[in-house]
Amino acid sequence: MLASLRQTFLQLHSPRRWLALTAVAVVVLGVVPLLNGLPAGSALRVPDHLIPLFGKFLCYALVALAMDLIWGYAGILSLGHGLFFALGGYAMGMYLMRSIRGEGVYRSELPDFMVFLDWKTLPWYWQGFSNFHFALAMALVVPGLLAFLFGYLAFRSRIRGVYFSIVTQALTYAAMLLFFRNNTGFGGNNGLTDFKRILGYPLQEPSTKLTLYVVSGVTLLLAYLCCRFIVTSRFGRALTAIRDGELRVRFLGYDTTRYKLFVWTFSAMLCGLAGALYVPQVGIINPSEMQPSNSIEMAVWVAVGGRGSLVGGVLGAWLINGAKSWLTAAFPSAWLYFLGGLFILVTLLTPQGLVGLGALLGKLKGRR
Amino acid sequence: MTQEALAVEDGAPAPITGGAATEEHAVPAARAAETILWVDGITVSFDGFRALDDLSLTLEKGELRCIIGPNGAGKTTLMDVITGKTRPDSGRVELVPSHTELTRLSEFEIARLGIGRKFQRPTVFQGHSVFENLELASRGGKGVLRTLFGRLKGPERGRIDEVLQLIGLPEQRDRRAGLLSHGHKQWLEIGMLLVQDPKVLLLDEPIAGMSHQEAERTAELVKTLAGERTVVVVEHDMEFVRQIARKVTVLHEGSVLCEGTMDKVQADPRVIEVYLGT
Repeated sequence: MLASLRQTFLQLHSPRRWLALTAVAVVVLGVVPLLNGLPAGSALRVPDHLIPLFGKFLCYALVALAMDLIWGYAGILSLGHGLFFALGGYAMGMYLMRSIRGEGVYRSELPDFMVFLDWKTLPWYWQGFSNFHFALAMALVVPGLLAFLFGYLAFRSRIRGVYFSIVTQALTYAAMLLFFRNNTGFGGNNGLTDFKRILGYPLQEPSTKLTLYVVSGVTLLLAYLCCRFIVTSRFGRALTAIRDGELRVRFLGYDTTRYKLFVWTFSAMLCGLAGALYVPQVGIINPSEMQPSNSIEMAVWVAVGGRGSLVGGVLGAWLINGAKSWLTAAFPSAWLYFLGGLFILVTLLTPQGLVGLGALLGKLKGRR
Repeated sequence: MTQEALAVEDGAPAPITGGAATEEHAVPAARAAETILWVDGITVSFDGFRALDDLSLTLEKGELRCIIGPNGAGKTTLMDVITGKTRPDSGRVELVPSHTELTRLSEFEIARLGIGRKFQRPTVFQGHSVFENLELASRGGKGVLRTLFGRLKGPERGRIDEVLQLIGLPEQRDRRAGLLSHGHKQWLEIGMLLVQDPKVLLLDEPIAGMSHQEAERTAELVKTLAGERTVVVVEHDMEFVRQIARKVTVLHEGSVLCEGTMDKVQADPRVIEVYLGT
């Protein structure tokens, strides 16, 4: 049993791929924290303010992974994954709000925005969120449950393709409008912010930030291996077959609805987890995370990086968000042109995305 | 081939022609003419047009039946009804040995009961290798958890290797199915049905787009398949039907016009009028 498990694990990748993965993991989890620990003023030092930024990229990469699993492998284009991400973020945000505990502006046990709204007691759905583990569980359960219900209805009615994408877009838009309202009880427009500490550790401390970064990195690595396990299994091959011809797969005796539902729910839960890791690092969660354009951007990461490769999504998320951080500061007005241009360029030149670039270059070389 | 099969089956005796064969041979000759599928009074209409009109049909165990008829006679619709793709307005389809009513089941449930279907256009999975295509179709558990954590068992692998031989594609095992020739794709698709050991095999225009030689080889293949299982062939190509047919059913405007041997059917004046004569 254990031996077969070990074998399965080793078969996830070719030895060369394992080496590359290890190298990336060493850089992300070892080199970056090490360089951050250098004395201040050292030329190679990774400054403290970059750590949460990198942590944010790791969370986005997690989203891209979830997105690629559902889009690249199952052929279901979700334009509402921002919703699951935000829901996970809100669950963690609620815990962070509850752990402010009287240190807010109004010195109340209740979150500031509730005092401001003149609420006297905690709404029922805020109960339990002062417990970290409960909140973390909710960051997985709430997006998972919503995805399950939505997916069940949509897949059972055989809603596919563009129609499905549009419905997901509407879903996240509707949720955004709901969360914008003050009486929904999640801080309305402003969302949840001014967090103080997580599990007793002050969020402003560089060491807390570094820990959150490392936790995000480890989570990304584990999630990647998990996804890789899924796509290399027989399940994964059935999934790509569903993408290429669902009806045919049904005629082979597969209940394709269950396959799609499983991977859809799993993907949403990964997004929820990413959101939960994201919020303590950026310090705020508000309904703008649910705006449709956010979800579309997530799809662009995967499209640019390369669908159906897992690695592509991660690369795309890093590249685009890295460029975004730099360009929005350096050329604020050019950013969107860059994003649009990149998307068009990649779609035209290498439909397989950046991971297809290697093959494309090889072809060009061969032609010469 | 048996050597290969034996190797992966840990020494268990390899079935020579598939699991179902041993059972079939045990059936006494007198009981061989058992009904396996009973189509009873099926009516299907699309926007008032009656694609099938009170159609009834029985299929016997192990027979090779050809269904012919002019365009729009309802041949494909009949296949759709049997496999659960189309729900009939009235009528029943019964899998006789287990007394299962099929019209209420969904496609995957019917497929699991042992009714396999080959489509008009070859629909193999282009991005998967030949082996992976057969693996997908293989009989192993098809639930989410089974495919996620389970591995293909020895006998299933053995069966895949057998079928690879039968359809003549052992050398193409690891080739991407999208790179196969049209005829090879058709065979692969038949192979995908065979690994499931179906009781009833529905072949919708199996030789469409094939070369003459490929068509002949397919005729041989189809003939060897019948006997072990019931094979239903829908085909336009009369020469092909003549080559393989034992019993022919002629459909016309959604119901059975005539049924019998090829000679009898060809001599029937009504058939000549609607189909063969033109």
